[in-house]
Amino acid sequence: MSVRRLAAEQPQSFAFSAESEEKVQFWLKKYPEDRAASAVIPLLWLAQKQEGWVSEPAIRLIGERLGMPYIRVYEVATFYTMFNLTPVGEHLIQVCGTTPCWLRGADDLKAVCEKRIGKKGRENLSADGKFSWEEVECLGACANAPMVQIANKAGDYYYEDLTAEGLEKILDDLQAGKEIKQGPISGRHASEPTQSTVETLKDPSLYDGSRAKPITLPNSEPAKAEG
Amino acid sequence: MSDNLRTIVIDGHEVSIPDHYTLLQAAEEVGKEIPRFCYHERLSVAGNCRMCLVELVGAPKPVASCAFLVRDMRGGPNGEPPVMNTLSPMVKKAREGVMEFLLINHPLDCPICDQGGECDLQDQSLAYGRTGSRFAENKRAVEDKYMGPLVKTEMTRCIQCTRCVRFATEIAGVSELGAAGRGEDMEITTYLEQTLTSELSGNVIDLCPVGALTSKPYAFNARPWELTKTETIDVMDAAGSNIRVDSRGGAVLRIMPRIHEGVNQEWISDKTRFIWDGLGRQRLDRPYIRREGKLAPASWDEALGLAADRLGGDPSKIGVIAGDLNDAEGLKAAKDLFDSLGVKSLDCRQDGSKLGGGPRQGYLFNSTIAGIDEADALIIIGANPRTEAPVINQRIRQAWLHNNLQVALIGEAVDLTYGYEHLGIHASDLEGLPRKRSGFIKTLKDAKKPMIIVGQAALAREDGAQILRLAGKLAKAVGAVGEGWNGFNILHTAASRVAGLDLGFIPGAEGLDTPGILAAAGQGELDTVVLLGADEFDTTHLGDVFTIYVGSHGDQGAHAADLVLPSAAYTEKNGIYINTEGRAQLAERAVFPKGEAKEDWAIFRALSARLGRTLPYDDLNALRAKLIEAHTVFGQIDHAPGAEGAADFDPAELGADGDVLDAPIALSVSDFYLTNPIARASKTMAQCSSEVAAILKPHVQAAE
Ligand code: SF4
Ligand code: FES
Ligand code: FES
Repeated sequence: MSVRRLAAEQPQSFAFSAESEEKVQFWLKKYPEDRAASAVIPLLWLAQKQEGWVSEPAIRLIGERLGMPYIRVYEVATFYTMFNLTPVGEHLIQVCGTTPCWLRGADDLKAVCEKRIGKKGRENLSADGKFSWEEVECLGACANAPMVQIANKAGDYYYEDLTAEGLEKILDDLQAGKEIKQGPISGRHASEPTQSTVETLKDPSLYDGSRAKPITLPNSEPAKAEG
Repeated sequence: MSDNLRTIVIDGHEVSIPDHYTLLQAAEEVGKEIPRFCYHERLSVAGNCRMCLVELVGAPKPVASCAFLVRDMRGGPNGEPPVMNTLSPMVKKAREGVMEFLLINHPLDCPICDQGGECDLQDQSLAYGRTGSRFAENKRAVEDKYMGPLVKTEMTRCIQCTRCVRFATEIAGVSELGAAGRGEDMEITTYLEQTLTSELSGNVIDLCPVGALTSKPYAFNARPWELTKTETIDVMDAAGSNIRVDSRGGAVLRIMPRIHEGVNQEWISDKTRFIWDGLGRQRLDRPYIRREGKLAPASWDEALGLAADRLGGDPSKIGVIAGDLNDAEGLKAAKDLFDSLGVKSLDCRQDGSKLGGGPRQGYLFNSTIAGIDEADALIIIGANPRTEAPVINQRIRQAWLHNNLQVALIGEAVDLTYGYEHLGIHASDLEGLPRKRSGFIKTLKDAKKPMIIVGQAALAREDGAQILRLAGKLAKAVGAVGEGWNGFNILHTAASRVAGLDLGFIPGAEGLDTPGILAAAGQGELDTVVLLGADEFDTTHLGDVFTIYVGSHGDQGAHAADLVLPSAAYTEKNGIYINTEGRAQLAERAVFPKGEAKEDWAIFRALSARLGRTLPYDDLNALRAKLIEAHTVFGQIDHAPGAEGAADFDPAELGADGDVLDAPIALSVSDFYLTNPIARASKTMAQCSSEVAAILKPHVQAAE
């Protein structure tokens, strides 16, 4: 993590679209009027979903909507790394680089991203502006490692059991504007065992103790009387 | 809060401590010092620096004493009292660990840091620091943030205690400072590095335990141990904040607050704190006489001779106006002299206020400043305490925040840093108030200790006397004045005003008041007008009248003058000031007057000899003796009368009956930073005025 600052170039203004506004109302209704500040994270998120990132005018507008001093909104926006303070690619590829994914080939995914998109960093857009990518910590889908999350207007979805080719295919489809299917690409439905795992698990030697090596448990011998 | 006592053991001694105390307070109660950075007794508890760790016997790890209540301590298994150690080896080790972490990212640049010599981190690292660093990695560096012309930042030194953030939010009531980012990258900043717009912003400099926030105007000027420290009284407003003036040689280098729980607690306004560069600029350091249209230097002998010539004439054609910064001694000497000359037109109310005469309670802040803490309802009439007396405004804010004080305002709707009900901007809104049955009048009537604050904006008008009476009637109607509580308050803006009124520095029968003097001067009905440091009115009204200016700074008054007699500024003389509460306080000389300037009283004493009416005192002590003899209040140093004599005080008899004007009640202070000649001479104040005014926009009401 590094110091988070607002983007140097900012739009003139920000306004919630009619569609976002509906959701804003939903969130505002959830809290008593004098506790409107509680809605700051949902509103920042709505702004981000609408524009792809949180701009300075959006921070101000949200402050005004919620009766919060600007600095208080700014604190929240800079605290949470999920808020993009600069414009990002239309599709932000978030590659998990934590140990399980890394063991299962996250480095290959990163190489694909580097090749296809460019330098790591959510603010580094690909030439066509469609993509940017970054490395994130464990997203909690380790059973389907390696995986990426793709954030765009449609939402934030997981793409799992990836391979370099699989990720390339996803990027191709996104570029072509095709719909892509979320979840594991390996044919699994979720994180259930694959057929080969099931076969392995059927091996009786796993259960009859024949595979066990003799071991000595520490402190299991009766204590010797002191000499 | 309940005062249940609990027996606990602190460092082996059994003591009884109220159970709502924190461990840190408990330790302080028995005289144990606990190091701390983030804790401050006037701010909310943050508990984030961990320097205050103590050992709780039985607890698995050390606890932060500032955030742990006595009530929550656990005793021994057989009902033994809980035990806390503040000096055990475990505590020492824990604090050394905290200190090491704090210093990991600290630049250790004390030799080039202005905080050096008065830095909490420096002091505490003496006790808990290691000799050497074990941290070989790169240190964090933080970009400095712009916070305006007053607060200099060196953010790499920040230890993220958040005292400054809490001060701005809680005390100053402007949520402009915040902690952006998180973890190691947390940075203290204002929103987009805007200038702080609080009139109390300088206090973050004192609060910051390290050298992250320091004074910009004072930067690299001096080391604390080279400075001569003089404890004195501020005159920027009528609150009479207790200050310490630090000087070196003949120059005032900075001004700091002193603690006075009854007045300013430990805060001072930015004007009080940063005015000092004005003390060295635009000074009148020798007498001047207007020759051929230009002020030319003259000798004292010549100047006094000319003054005596002018003042020896027809006393009914002489007018005297005193300003806002005069000490009581100077006013007394002036009044004695002009009385003996038979001058009737003297006035210490250059703003044209209609106060004066009548009982003393009629022009004092009778509830006292500390009394604000007890009040439960408050109506402000024609005052903006935020600009007129920031430390009092802060006190109101605290009461609003913590004691549920209900506030209403009649006058221009301004951001006071607390919520209030706006009842209107006209005097007629006040007139109609007692007849109402519901709304704020009910709150006032139901209140146990209602307060009414009347400001100069309401009183310095043609109908000031009528408004005063209306306010007095309101006070009576809501039962604000009675045995033990006097809720009728006048908020003064001038430090010298109460002393002036106490001395009777107001026109006698057939005398003219300030508007009268100005009108008469303009029509050529007066021969001579004497201005005692009076600059706050349009001097063009004076016309061609011969004007004598006695004062310290070359401002409006001096520019209009034909004769200038230079006098000492407030840091350059010993004097008595009476604040708006009626509390007499002693100011002390920090440096000597500039050039040939003399103390005011000495000028009048010299003048009296020239006029053959030698005043009966040769030194300050003799003058003070006379002063106290005539008016005992000047001898009661630091005594605020408060509710004394409230039972016999009828506020409804103040002022005069009559109709009020239609004009809305305006603001009496239009630019907080430029209210007096010293402030207008100060570059720092000029910068504040232009920068803060430029960004001051309608604020989101501080809701925190
Ligand atoms: S700037 Fe000073 S007062 Fe503010 S958080 Fe940093 S160390 Fe604390
Ligand atoms: S390690 Fe990648 S999802 Fe947990
Ligand atoms: S003083 Fe207790 S944690 Fe900072």
